[in-house]
Amino acid sequence: MKAGHANPLFPAGDPTASEFDEELVFDCVPFHFRPSRRGFVRTLGAGLILALPAPAQDRGRRSQRGGGGGAATLAARLHIADDGTITVFTGKVECGQGSRAELTQAAAEELRLSPSQVHLLMADTQSVPDDGGTAGSRSTPSTVPAIRAGCAAARELLVRLAASRWDVDPLQIEVRAGEARQAGEDHRLSYADLVSDADSAAALAQAIPDGPRLTPMDRWEVLGQSVSRPNGAGLVTGSHTYPSDIQRPGMLYGRVLRPPAFGARLVSLDLAAAQAFDGVTAVHDDQFAGLAGPTSASAAAALSALAAAAVWEERGDHTSSDALFEHLREHAEGGIPENPFRAELDGASHTLRQSYHVPYVQHCPMEPRSAVAEWDDGRLTVWTASQMPFRVRGELAQAFRIAEDRVRVIIPDFGGGFGGKHSGECAVEAARLAQAAGKPVSLQWTREEEFTWAQFRPAALIEAEASLDAAGRLTSWHFINVNSGRSAVDTPYRTGKAESAFLGTEAPLRHGSYRALASTANVFARECFMDELAFLAGQDPLEFRLAHLEEGRLRDVLEEAARRFDWASRSQELTPPRGAGIACGTEKGSFVAACAEVVVEASTLRVTHVCQVFECGKVLNPANLRAQVQGSIIMGLGPILSEETRFAGGKILNPAFSSYPVPRFAGLPQLEIHLLDRPDLDSVGGGETPLIAVAPAVANAVFRAAGQRVRKLPVRLEA
Amino acid sequence: MSWIRIFSGNTPFGLDHRRDLWKSEYSGSPAPLFLPPGSRTAPVVMNTEPQETSQTSTTISFTINGEKQTVASSPDRPLLEVLREDLGLTGTKYGCGETQCGACSVLLDQRRVFSCRTPVSQADGREIVTIEGLSREDALHPVQQAFLDEDAYQCGYCTPGMILTTVALLAENPRPDDAQIVAALNGNICRCCSYPNILRAVQRAAGGLPKGD
Repeated sequence: MKAGHANPLFPAGDPTASEFDEELVFDCVPFHFRPSRRGFVRTLGAGLILALPAPAQDRGRRSQRGGGGGAATLAARLHIADDGTITVFTGKVECGQGSRAELTQAAAEELRLSPSQVHLLMADTQSVPDDGGTAGSRSTPSTVPAIRAGCAAARELLVRLAASRWDVDPLQIEVRAGEARQAGEDHRLSYADLVSDADSAAALAQAIPDGPRLTPMDRWEVLGQSVSRPNGAGLVTGSHTYPSDIQRPGMLYGRVLRPPAFGARLVSLDLAAAQAFDGVTAVHDDQFAGLAGPTSASAAAALSALAAAAVWEERGDHTSSDALFEHLREHAEGGIPENPFRAELDGASHTLRQSYHVPYVQHCPMEPRSAVAEWDDGRLTVWTASQMPFRVRGELAQAFRIAEDRVRVIIPDFGGGFGGKHSGECAVEAARLAQAAGKPVSLQWTREEEFTWAQFRPAALIEAEASLDAAGRLTSWHFINVNSGRSAVDTPYRTGKAESAFLGTEAPLRHGSYRALASTANVFARECFMDELAFLAGQDPLEFRLAHLEEGRLRDVLEEAARRFDWASRSQELTPPRGAGIACGTEKGSFVAACAEVVVEASTLRVTHVCQVFECGKVLNPANLRAQVQGSIIMGLGPILSEETRFAGGKILNPAFSSYPVPRFAGLPQLEIHLLDRPDLDSVGGGETPLIAVAPAVANAVFRAAGQRVRKLPVRLEA
Repeated sequence: MSWIRIFSGNTPFGLDHRRDLWKSEYSGSPAPLFLPPGSRTAPVVMNTEPQETSQTSTTISFTINGEKQTVASSPDRPLLEVLREDLGLTGTKYGCGETQCGACSVLLDQRRVFSCRTPVSQADGREIVTIEGLSREDALHPVQQAFLDEDAYQCGYCTPGMILTTVALLAENPRPDDAQIVAALNGNICRCCSYPNILRAVQRAAGGLPKGD
C-alpha cells in the first residue's frame, strides 16, 4: 500500500453499514505505547482485568449509531435533589449547534418546568448515559425523544404519588409549574416529594417504562419556542470554561513533536536537550514524542530543541493536491465502472458527461483540539473537546491498557466541531504527557497542527453521465462518487434508468466526517449537472427540475424558494455580469432549496443574495434553527469561494487562516431564510443539510453571470 | 402547514461596500475574498519550528481590568499566554497565533490588539482590559448585553474577541454605519458563522436597533 490511508471511513461492501453509520465512522490515530511497568503492577494489584486492544485495522472501522445505549434507568436520565432541583443527564455534547437549549427544552416540556429550572449535565462519562455520538443530526430525532420519555416518566411518577396521597383518579391530576395539582383543591406535590417517598425512589431506580405519555404538540409550551442558549451569560462574560481553559493545580503545558511530513517515521530521538529546560519533562514512546513545561513558551522553546534532536525517515511517494484527482481516479477500487445504459445513450436526443472535483477542506473550528489530562492513582480524568465522549474513553482505555471504568472523560461545551472532532488523539496525547510528567497537562493544538493533523473533509471525484429524450426527459443517469461517500449519492429525480455508486480509493490525506459530509459533494455535482442538462434540453432550470420531481417535501421547498426569490422574473431579468442560480437537495430526512444571485466582474465572483428554504419537520427552536441555517449557508460559501487544502511532499502548504481564507464579515451576501414548520411531521436535525444547496446554487448562477460552468471547487474564473 | 419567515435581508451584506471597506487599509487594490485587511495573499507556510523565546525573566507592570499587576516574564512572551497562564484570565482565547482570527483580542489603552502576537513587554505601564473586566457589579457591559440579547454566538469561542473589538469600535465611533462595523470586525472570524446575529448585536449596542426589534 503506497499511501497512508486506504478507506478508513467506508469499509467497502460492509452490508451492515447504513447511511448513518457511515456518517459517524471516524478514523482513530493508533497509539502503541509501551506498557507502563508501574501501571501494570497497579492495575493487576487492583484485581482488574486488562482491556485488550482491538486489532489495529478494526479500530478505525467501528461505527456507532447516533442513539447509543441510552439511560438504563430513570435515575440515569435525571436526578431529583432533596430540594427538588432537577438535573437531566445526557451523553450529547454542545459545540455551538444548540443541543443544550434544545435538550433542556425537551426535559422542561415533559417535566412542566421552565427551561431555567432544569439543569442539563452533558457528556461526563462518569455521570451520564451513553446517548451515542453527537453526529449525523441524531440529537433531534433520537435524544430529544429519549429525554422526553424519561422526563415524562418522572412526571407520571409525581401524578401517581399525588393520586395515591389524595386518593383520587390520576386523570384528575395535572402537573403545572413543576407541581401536581387537583382542580378545586389547594394541595400540591412537587418533585422534591418524590425523593422522600420510598416507592417513588424505587421507581426511579427502575428502567424507564415503555410508553409514558408524551405531551402532545398542541399543548407544548416550551418545545417549538425560541429558547436561548442556557449558558449565554457565561459566553459573553468569558466565564464559561472551554476545554482549553481548564486549569488544574500544578498543571503543565504540553507540546507534541510532529513528523516533518505525513508518514515519516521517528527513527531516533535524544531527549536530553529538551529535558535541560527548566521544569520540562520530555517523553518518547514508540512513534509518540512530546513534552510538558511550566508555560506554553517554555514548552515551545523545548520543542525546538527536541525537534533538532529527532531523526526521521520520510516516505518518498507522496502525491499532491495538483495531482489529487488523477490519483483518486487511478486508485478507485475496481476502476470507475462503465455506464451500463448504452442503449439509452445511443437512442438519446442529448447525452452529457462531466467530471466534478471537490478538494479537501478543513473544519477549522475556532477552538483547536484541546485536552487536559490528570492521573490519580491509576485513574485518568480528561477534559477534552469531542463529539464522541464514550468513544474517546475507549480510545484512552485502549492506549493505556486500563479498564474503561478507570477513565473519566468530561466534555465541557466546546468551541466548534462541525463533524471534525470525533476522535480522541489529543486526549491520548495529553494523557501520555501527564503520565510522563506526573502532573496534570494541558495540551492545545496550534492552528497549524489543527490544519495539518486533524481529519479533513474527503475530497471527491464525481463522474456523471445522463441521456435525454426529445421531450427533455431523463432516460438514464449514471453517477459515481470516488472517495467522499454515499450520502445523497442517489438522485431524487425521476429517471428512466439510474445507477449511482460510491467507490473507495486510496486517500492521500486522513479524512473523516464533516458537516453533511458526502452530501456536500454529491449535491454540488448533481445540481450542477442538472443545470447543464436543463440547458441542453432548452428548459428553465427550475422547470426542468420540477418536471423530474414527484409531489413531496423536496418539491415543496424548491417551489417555495423559487417563489420567495421571484425566480420567474429574476432568472430572466438578470443579465451578465449578474446571474441567478437554483439548487435543492435532501439529506438525513430534511429538505433544502436555495436561490443565489451573483455578480462576476474582472474575473472576481461575489455572491450578493442567497434565498434559502429549509424544512426538517416540526421546528423545535426556531431561533436556533435559523442560526444553524444561516451558519450553514455562510460556512457553505467557503468551499465554493475560497477554501481548499493544498498539499505536496507530505506537507500541508496552507495550514493557516492567512493562506486558507474562511468566510468573514466582508463579502457576505444578503441572506433570506425561510423555515417551513411541519407540525404534522416528526422533527429531524437541522444543523447539516442547510449547507448542501448553496454551493451548486452559486455555481449555477456563475454560468448565467459569466457563461462559465463551475465543475471544480473553489471557483476559479477565467479572464 | 405554516411558514415562519424567520429572517430576511436587513443586513448590509451583499451591498457593494468593498470600495469603502478596503480603502483605508488595503491600498486601493481589489480585496481577495475573505482575507482580512493587511493579510498576505501568497501561500504561506508557517514555520514549523517554534520561535525561540528569551528565557530571561523581567518584571512588567500594568493595569489590568482596573487593578495594578506586576508579572515576572520573559519580555517577548505573547501577552495572550501571560493573561491565560500566569493570571488565569482564560476568557481571552487562542485561535490562530498569527493575528488572523481575533479570538485573542484585548484592549490595550482602549484600542484593540491581538494579544497572540503582542509581546507582554509592550503592555508595560499601560492599561489592559479583557473580557473579564467589562462587566461592573453584576451588570453586563452594554455590548455584552447586546450580544446576549441577539444570541450573537453559537459555540461562543470567538465571542470575547468580538465583544472587545466592538467596544473598541464604539469608543472611537459611537454611531458606526454598517460598512464601518463590517470593516472593524473583519479581522475576527466566527467559524460557526453567526455573522448576521453579531452584526445585529453591534447595531443594537450602537443604539441602531429599536427595542424589541
